Amino acid sequence: MSAEFVLEMKNITKQYGENTVLSDVSLSVRPGEIHALLGENGAGKSTLMNVLFGMPVIHTTGGFQGQVLLDGQEVHVSSPHDAMTKGIGMVHQEFMLLPGFTVTENIKLNREITHRNFFSRLMGKNLETLNMNKMSSDARKALDSVGMSIDEYTRVEGMPVGYMQFVEIAREIDKTGVKLLVFDEPTAVLTESEATQLIKVMKAIAESGIAIIFITHRLDEVAAAADSITILRDGKLAATRNAKETTIVELAELMIGRKGEAMVHTDPREVPHDEVALRVRDLHVDMAGEEVNGVSFDVYKGEILGIGGLAGQGKLGIPNGIMSLYESSGDVELFGEKLKLNNAGDALRAGIAMVSEDRKGVGLLLDQSIEDNIVFNAMQIKGEYLYKFGPMTLKNSKAIRAQAEKMIKELDIRCFGPTQHSGTLSGGNQQKVCIARALVMGPRFLFVSEPTRGIDIGAKKLVLETLVKLNREQGMTIVMVSSELQELRSISDRIAIVSEGKLVDILSPDASDADFGLAMSGIKPSEHHEKGDGAQ
Amino acid sequence: MDKKDIRSLLRNNAVTVMFVVLCTLCMIFSGQSVSYVIYELFGRLSRNSFIVLALIIPIVAGMGINFAITIGAMAAQISVLWVIEWGVGGIGGFLLAMGMTLPIAALFGFLIGKLLNKMKGQEMIGGLILGYFASGLYQLLFLFIFGNLIPLNTPGLVVKGSTGVANTIDLNSGAGGGIKYALDGIWRTDFGTTLYVLCGIVAMALIVGLLLKKVEKKKAIIGVGTAAVLCGLYQIPAVADLFSMVKVPMITFIVVGILCLFNVGVMKTRLGQQFRAVGQNRTVANASGIHVDKVRLIAIVISTVLAGWGQLIFVQNMGSFQTYGAHEQVGLYAGAAILVGGASIRKATNGQAILGCILFHLLFIVAPPAAKNLFGDAAIGEYFRVFISYGVIAMALVMHAWRGVQARKEKKEQQEAAAK
Repeated sequence: MSAEFVLEMKNITKQYGENTVLSDVSLSVRPGEIHALLGENGAGKSTLMNVLFGMPVIHTTGGFQGQVLLDGQEVHVSSPHDAMTKGIGMVHQEFMLLPGFTVTENIKLNREITHRNFFSRLMGKNLETLNMNKMSSDARKALDSVGMSIDEYTRVEGMPVGYMQFVEIAREIDKTGVKLLVFDEPTAVLTESEATQLIKVMKAIAESGIAIIFITHRLDEVAAAADSITILRDGKLAATRNAKETTIVELAELMIGRKGEAMVHTDPREVPHDEVALRVRDLHVDMAGEEVNGVSFDVYKGEILGIGGLAGQGKLGIPNGIMSLYESSGDVELFGEKLKLNNAGDALRAGIAMVSEDRKGVGLLLDQSIEDNIVFNAMQIKGEYLYKFGPMTLKNSKAIRAQAEKMIKELDIRCFGPTQHSGTLSGGNQQKVCIARALVMGPRFLFVSEPTRGIDIGAKKLVLETLVKLNREQGMTIVMVSSELQELRSISDRIAIVSEGKLVDILSPDASDADFGLAMSGIKPSEHHEKGDGAQ
Repeated sequence: MDKKDIRSLLRNNAVTVMFVVLCTLCMIFSGQSVSYVIYELFGRLSRNSFIVLALIIPIVAGMGINFAITIGAMAAQISVLWVIEWGVGGIGGFLLAMGMTLPIAALFGFLIGKLLNKMKGQEMIGGLILGYFASGLYQLLFLFIFGNLIPLNTPGLVVKGSTGVANTIDLNSGAGGGIKYALDGIWRTDFGTTLYVLCGIVAMALIVGLLLKKVEKKKAIIGVGTAAVLCGLYQIPAVADLFSMVKVPMITFIVVGILCLFNVGVMKTRLGQQFRAVGQNRTVANASGIHVDKVRLIAIVISTVLAGWGQLIFVQNMGSFQTYGAHEQVGLYAGAAILVGGASIRKATNGQAILGCILFHLLFIVAPPAAKNLFGDAAIGEYFRVFISYGVIAMALVMHAWRGVQARKEKKEQQEAAAK
């Protein structure tokens, strides 16, 4: 234990094909310290941890460059199991617990204490009998050390989530020779008091000499718990800070940063605020991984409202819930009329259209032609582009062709013609077909969800320009949901930031990086500044 | 127990309850004497329960009902053919058949397991189709290779002037006198003796356990008391009469008992813990370093070998088997039986397997005569029991899906309640 750092990762570079996701990142953790790892989605936190744990995804994509040192010795971690034997443990965000097992059985999973019996002598170690007494006394010790009084014979099934988290931690502590524990967003599922308790436990663990890497997006928790902080941004090391020498505001700023210039220039204008186009009150959406827990906001007619936030915080749930693609509840009014939720047809008929983030899944019928894709919803929902013969209908090919050609020209879709299969188009052009389909519905209100995901820079620019054009020329009210803050800032009139299923604040696109960073970690910037000022 | 508990108890055991009702009704209408039904039941239990118990481990390991046990049965039938051809009779022949079945079934199990690992989540349909496919290969083996390329000399195994192995294999044939009743015939005794021996063993075990302080006092007293009461009841002539026709093949039941102990014992080992972990959640098991595919492979190999032995027990009791058809319904009937006992495709115990076996075969015994009395045609009962065995499996699958929906609903309600 003479080395200064228990873990050093030096100059880690990782590419997935052409795509560099980590470039020259270094991370050093001292024994017994809590080291926070901060960054937006896609900043490279999970890739860095995948490298540390030797996940198969790293090895099968050509490995990585750089060095990993444990206690000053260079190591090659070949698999997560190997990482475990080398003394690196992980407390997962998704609980790795078996509901039908007792707490003891979970803590000792695959590390059972056994004694030999007649059959095991013949057939090998796997047939050794479990020694439940010894196992539970070990489990008891581990549970005590995280301050859990729960009985070690309780089944995990039906336990409060907070308890499960502590069982996970107890399991990691119980592993002998653990030097380093990684906590991946441990407080995301906890109540406030549980989170406080967790941080207390983390500190106690750190004091016993085990180093902790604490991955989170909650800046206030970082300030409360961490000794030192590494911030990643866009796969690069943004900064390393000592907790005592930094402030939450600085961290927020570092986390967001400026990512180059705006992609699209819009003329500054007064934000429209005359007529409310969409009034949302207490919206709850049950979308797995993107739950929305009570969001209220207004969208004014003629504006572009951006919705931002980190992944998994619920920003995608908002359009999907209002469009009734997922079960939702709450009050939604469109231009003063009440909108019934949980019926996708109703939302479409009321005049809301949506360009889905799941372009290939929900958005496009990939093996259909462009023209069929463009008119699909209009045909199915509104019964347009059809000849009607009593109960029977026939496609009106002429009208469809004319409409498709008009859209191809207006949105500048690059293709051989309206009959080309949409699956063969590039990502940007597919996105435009999606927008065209939404427009053919003649919507009064447009949701655009992650419009630039997975398409190249040039195409991004075109898509964004199309949206601005729609807004300025046709007065279309648009709500755009995007993970890319820069994109939101370049075309939105106002930007709503969502964290943990709740709306934190609505900011102006000119607000500072720090404000956006604070909002994304769930802290309302104005309140934080007030508090900060009061303390000074 | 309040109303809700009773309702959920009924709901969770709907199949079992339905079967109890059905069996009782058929029993009443069949007009069969109770002692005859009990006699038949013991015979069927002795030959069928082993193969049903072979299904437990794959269920625990999360692979559902292993319909591929038909392939284990094929391995057993191949062994039986050669044991007869070699003329090894009696218990020696039976043990030789067991010994031969072991590597053949293990190899088949290994291949099945490899395939099922490539189709996780669809093991049941995979095993079922695999059984049909293997049936084709089995026919090739018995029609073309055995008896033609590899000559068979025992009279009766091949029919003169035709190709391949004969349609029926008689276990009484062969130089050594065959292996009919090789296991059953070792020690047959009346029900009374069996009861006394069994009760004696249980009581002894409990008392020894009590003295060694491994068994709680209350449990021991209840156990010994029950044994005494059972022996006492048997002293009543009317009760004893019911069992008067039964001849218990002790060794067969002891073998079944050993398998039950094995199923319990293996779950208390490291391997058993791995079965249970993999069965609950493969991702979690994998994350804790368990080699998931290997564990699943072991489960299928064990199950296939046990099924092979189960088929041996079955054919030595029957005395002959249809060469080309005896294995076909094995998976279906065993699967239906374990589901009838209250097992699901996720959870199964020895008790459920045995109870299921009793109920399922009770219906087999009483349905045809009941149908004959009611409709004047035994074929309707025959039709009825085949229909029921498919129906039971379909119902179990539907209930599994339905319970999943129900559980999700309850979980959501709980969350909402917690949020308030």
